[in-house]
Amino acid sequence: MIEVDNLTKLYGSLVALRQVSFRVDQGEIVGFLGPNGAGKTTALRILTCFMPPTSGTARVAGLDCQQHSLEVRGKIGYLPENVPLYLDMTTRRFLSFAAAAKGVSRFRSGQEIERVMEVCTITSVAERLIGHLSKGYRQRIGIAQALLNDPAILILDEPTIGLDPSQIVEIRSLIKQLGAERTIILSSHIIPEVSQICQRILIINNGQIVATDTPANLTAQLQRNLQVYLEVEGPEAEVVQKLEAVTGVLEVKPTNGESSYLIETSRGQDLRPELARTVVESGWQLRALTLQDMSLEEIFMQLVTDEEAGKEQK
Amino acid sequence: MKGIYVVYRKELYRFFASPIFYVVAFIFLALVGYFFYSSVAYYSLLSFQAGRTPFLSEQLNLTDMVLEPFFGSISVVLLLMVPLITMRLFAEEKKTGTVEFLFTYPISDRGTVLGKFTAGVSVLALLLAATLPAMFLLEAFTNPPWPTIMGGYLGLLLTCSAFVSLGLFASSLTQNQIIAAALAFGALLLLWIIGWAETLVGPTLGSFLKYLSLLTHFDNFARGILDSRDVLFYLLFTLFFLFSTLRILESRHWRG
Repeated sequence: MIEVDNLTKLYGSLVALRQVSFRVDQGEIVGFLGPNGAGKTTALRILTCFMPPTSGTARVAGLDCQQHSLEVRGKIGYLPENVPLYLDMTTRRFLSFAAAAKGVSRFRSGQEIERVMEVCTITSVAERLIGHLSKGYRQRIGIAQALLNDPAILILDEPTIGLDPSQIVEIRSLIKQLGAERTIILSSHIIPEVSQICQRILIINNGQIVATDTPANLTAQLQRNLQVYLEVEGPEAEVVQKLEAVTGVLEVKPTNGESSYLIETSRGQDLRPELARTVVESGWQLRALTLQDMSLEEIFMQLVTDEEAGKEQK
Repeated sequence: MKGIYVVYRKELYRFFASPIFYVVAFIFLALVGYFFYSSVAYYSLLSFQAGRTPFLSEQLNLTDMVLEPFFGSISVVLLLMVPLITMRLFAEEKKTGTVEFLFTYPISDRGTVLGKFTAGVSVLALLLAATLPAMFLLEAFTNPPWPTIMGGYLGLLLTCSAFVSLGLFASSLTQNQIIAAALAFGALLLLWIIGWAETLVGPTLGSFLKYLSLLTHFDNFARGILDSRDVLFYLLFTLFFLFSTLRILESRHWRG
């Protein structure tokens, strides 16, 4: 459905995207994950034909974004970052402008507007000026305009930013529901959100895609080391020394909590029995001992910081 | 051309939803009303005196004493007001980011430019129409030359389209509305009076500058002279700036 090849975008001398390539199949929900300024918005803007790439090609449904701009735009529903809206228009007015611009016939327009307003639960503010509405409503108006004319592809740039927790849950389930028959690309820097909604994640940093896989696979692949969380009552220096002596332990880090430690162990072996024995044999009190899964946050941090460390070495 | 009508309707709605239009309309009509009143009052004063001096009465005519100053003053007020009407058109959309909608909905750049242009001209045409009662007032008291009046209004309409196209161009250059208005006003004023330099430069350049001047071409209309050269000048002027605006919008494709 979406094919991107060797996309590069320069803003003057600033590199926003560097040789980015990816594919999105029909019916997939893909999440763009990356820190601020990583190039997420740039990539999405190129896909929506807002601006052309410096080099490389982007194709949507087999059509090149530059050569068949109008056709491509007709297939996409786009929620821009920060949701710019005409503040002096009422919700219904704005949506009717959007519907007309997207080629919804006047005959169908009223019904279509009612439909998207209902889906996004903004029917109650239909006649109010957008300028007087809160951020949550504006965000939903933005999503509503993207849904007009039932596009096959939805591109949502940070769809849940500025919403309150219950609205976030609503919007997430809405996106999941929409994803049943549509292709959706969304960007976010909120990791749990992406891992909940998306079937596949593209992690982007410094204009490059550093990883792409399902949330589960990413977690499995990148879990190089296991971490064990340990709480023990005893003299800190001695505890660290003794535990590091256990074979297979890579590092023992005291954490902020009271007499608790994070122990990195090499992958593939569970050292919990040995650790427990060492503690007990030394005559200390063992309070807690758990194996920690590496969360997607940590993987993300690792990928992003690895990258930066690699750069500095160059 | 896809999208002209959609953008046209949206822009019209936004003109009437914003206070700028009402303020501009009020000031415009107040000024025009004052100019009309003073020239008519002066004309009637002279007419009374002409009753005693036959020589003077031969010199009096409505076109020279009322219509020409009336159209001339409207055109000057337009020069001041049009930049205020057009400054928003692109600058505001760029600033707030709504331009992203215009460029990602399936409407062409040409449609966007023409939609905004026609909306601007329509709004000004409405302002001009609001000055028509003055003409009906003349009809009630004298016998005004209607062909001259129609020529004058045609000239004003063409002036409006030229002004709006330049204003639209200025607005597409920046995301700051004040800069857009200042640019448009400066450029319009310069083009208005550029013919004054005629006597300072050589005859060749002088006649060129005079031809370039908006004022020269408007004077003919105000006197009721319909010359195809003047019509063509305004149309080309308008087309040139619409074309330039389109090029500016398209420059986003190659600028870094």
